[in-house]
Amino acid sequence: MEAKQYIGEGWKHAILIIGAIVVLLPFYMMVSMSLKSQQEIQSISGGLIGAQETQTFPVCVKTGYSEEECTMKPYKYNYWFAFEKAPIPRYLMNGVIVTLSIFIIQVLVALPCAYALAKLRFYGREFVFSMVLFCLLIPVHGIALPLYVMLAQAGLVDTYSALILPWTISVFGIFLMRQFFMTVPDELIDAARMDGMGEYAIVWKVMLPTAIPALLAFAIFSVVAHWNDYFWPRMVITGNRDLFTPPLGIREFRGGIDSDEFGPMMASIVTVTVPLIVAFIIAQKRFIEGITLTGMK
Amino acid sequence: MGTISLKNISKSFGSTQVLNNLNVDIQDGEFLTLVGPSGCGKSTLLRIIAGLEQQTSGDVLIDNKNVNKIRASERDLAMVFQSYALYPHLTVRRNLETPLRLRDYNAFERLPLIGNFSPNKKSKTESINQLVNKTSETLQISELLDRKPGQLSGGQRQRVALGRAMVREPVAFLMDEPLSNLDAALRVHMRSELSELHNSLKTTFVYVTHDQAEALTMSSRMAVMIDGNLLQLDTPQEVYDNPSSLSVAQFVGSPKINIFNGSSDSSGTVNFLNVNLKRKSSESNSDLHIGIRPEHLEITNDKDENTFGGTVAYRENLGSDIYFHVNIEDNSKKIIVRGLPQFTHQITNGSSVNIKRDSNKALLFNQTGMRIHFNNAMG
Repeated sequence: MEAKQYIGEGWKHAILIIGAIVVLLPFYMMVSMSLKSQQEIQSISGGLIGAQETQTFPVCVKTGYSEEECTMKPYKYNYWFAFEKAPIPRYLMNGVIVTLSIFIIQVLVALPCAYALAKLRFYGREFVFSMVLFCLLIPVHGIALPLYVMLAQAGLVDTYSALILPWTISVFGIFLMRQFFMTVPDELIDAARMDGMGEYAIVWKVMLPTAIPALLAFAIFSVVAHWNDYFWPRMVITGNRDLFTPPLGIREFRGGIDSDEFGPMMASIVTVTVPLIVAFIIAQKRFIEGITLTGMK
Repeated sequence: MGTISLKNISKSFGSTQVLNNLNVDIQDGEFLTLVGPSGCGKSTLLRIIAGLEQQTSGDVLIDNKNVNKIRASERDLAMVFQSYALYPHLTVRRNLETPLRLRDYNAFERLPLIGNFSPNKKSKTESINQLVNKTSETLQISELLDRKPGQLSGGQRQRVALGRAMVREPVAFLMDEPLSNLDAALRVHMRSELSELHNSLKTTFVYVTHDQAEALTMSSRMAVMIDGNLLQLDTPQEVYDNPSSLSVAQFVGSPKINIFNGSSDSSGTVNFLNVNLKRKSSESNSDLHIGIRPEHLEITNDKDENTFGGTVAYRENLGSDIYFHVNIEDNSKKIIVRGLPQFTHQITNGSSVNIKRDSNKALLFNQTGMRIHFNNAMG
């Protein structure tokens, strides 16, 4: 390659690097603040990890711990206090229960539905599909209140059901899987029928395995959306802290008796974010395959 | 046993009539080809036999039993598809096992893990393994058993697809253009393999193709279908030599049969171009189509009352044969003449040639395309 070409490539990379910095900066701040002491955060000093001087933390003492217990290095204090102040493992577990339940039920509903819309001929199929597209256009916030009222009438507010039920039918999932199933050759389904499979067996034994890449893409959309969702849990979980999902949990660090203490707050946010990032890295390759929908020929 | 009878089968999709009152009797052990141009309904007919499609009216009988209401999987037929339709996520072995597992295991035995506690499962698994091994040896795919379909070549996938059909030992095989996705050389090779397989299995084959060469080479009988109608059902030789209509004559044979416009006079003497046929038509005083196949025409040096002239427009060399596309006088269509390389190597594009026909080979058709016979077989 000649020098000129290097310069051309260099420009592209420079722009990409700037873009990457803009996107990553908040995450850098988050991690950095979760390691530093309150003074360093407020004076914006100390670089990435701060001086890490052992000190006594006044908020901790105010909460009722002895001075000895409250004397440690800032990074340790931030994470320790985050877990002391709020039952973060409980929140994380709630997050897992809710997002996994939602995803599994969504798949149980969306796959047969998408299969019927893509591969079966029945009267009114086009109408049903147009209703699916129509439902894609309805904003969640528009129907939040009626949904809440219905759940309240059913006595389900402040339960896991309230967190899970409204999301079990994902029109986006139906649409995505239907588009993928359209690319699966009809002959494969006919072959399965000749082999003696019923329609449900075809969905679970033939369509599901061929649709793994698309399903993974959908999994990421679904899990990320519901793991990070703050709006809906805030509405239907009114008092019971045992049902808090991670985003609701983070809110516990805002305000209160001791005003805002950013270190433990950021530590809790890191704890909540890490599982998603790890999951994404594991699924990354499959995820990109799924998005481009090039799973099978 | 494996007889299949189709009685008055009609099929329409909405207002489009796809199959028109078809009657076919397929005998046990026969290799029957359904052949026709694309869109003629042959695949639909096969799918009706398979039970994947429901006929609008008429009956399907397998071994003299009406199967109209019987599901595809219970008709004991096996089907091979054009795209092979192997399960992409399963190994070759599992692909071959699948139809047997679904047939032999009951619902409980198919359950993962707990299914293994069923007392009969072990012996069933053994018999499945035996069948799979036997089939894969017959088709020489034993070394492929642990691979996934994605790792196989087209020909290997074709064999696996055949194997998946064979393991069940069905009463009949249905094949929907199984060779269309293969390259030309492999296709010719697989033709002979399929014929051999048919000979050794002695099971009924129903084979759908748009390729008249496949139909001619492999079948014991071929059914020519055009526009949802069954035009002729006979042995390949008979269909080729004695087509029942102009459409059949034009569809079967490559290159296509030459059609000349002509007429018969009151005595039944047939005339086209400047040539009179010696045989007399049974239909006098009418306009006719005269069909002569390229191999029954010959380029000659002599010019007499039985020859006609033309100019070579294109010379198509196939090695063993040369086909000349010739513009003839007072005819806008080109006709095709076969020549042997050793006699015609000096003829090039643009040469003027005389064309002679072999006697007794012309076929007559009337204006509606129906075959007309000669009064006698002389001359």
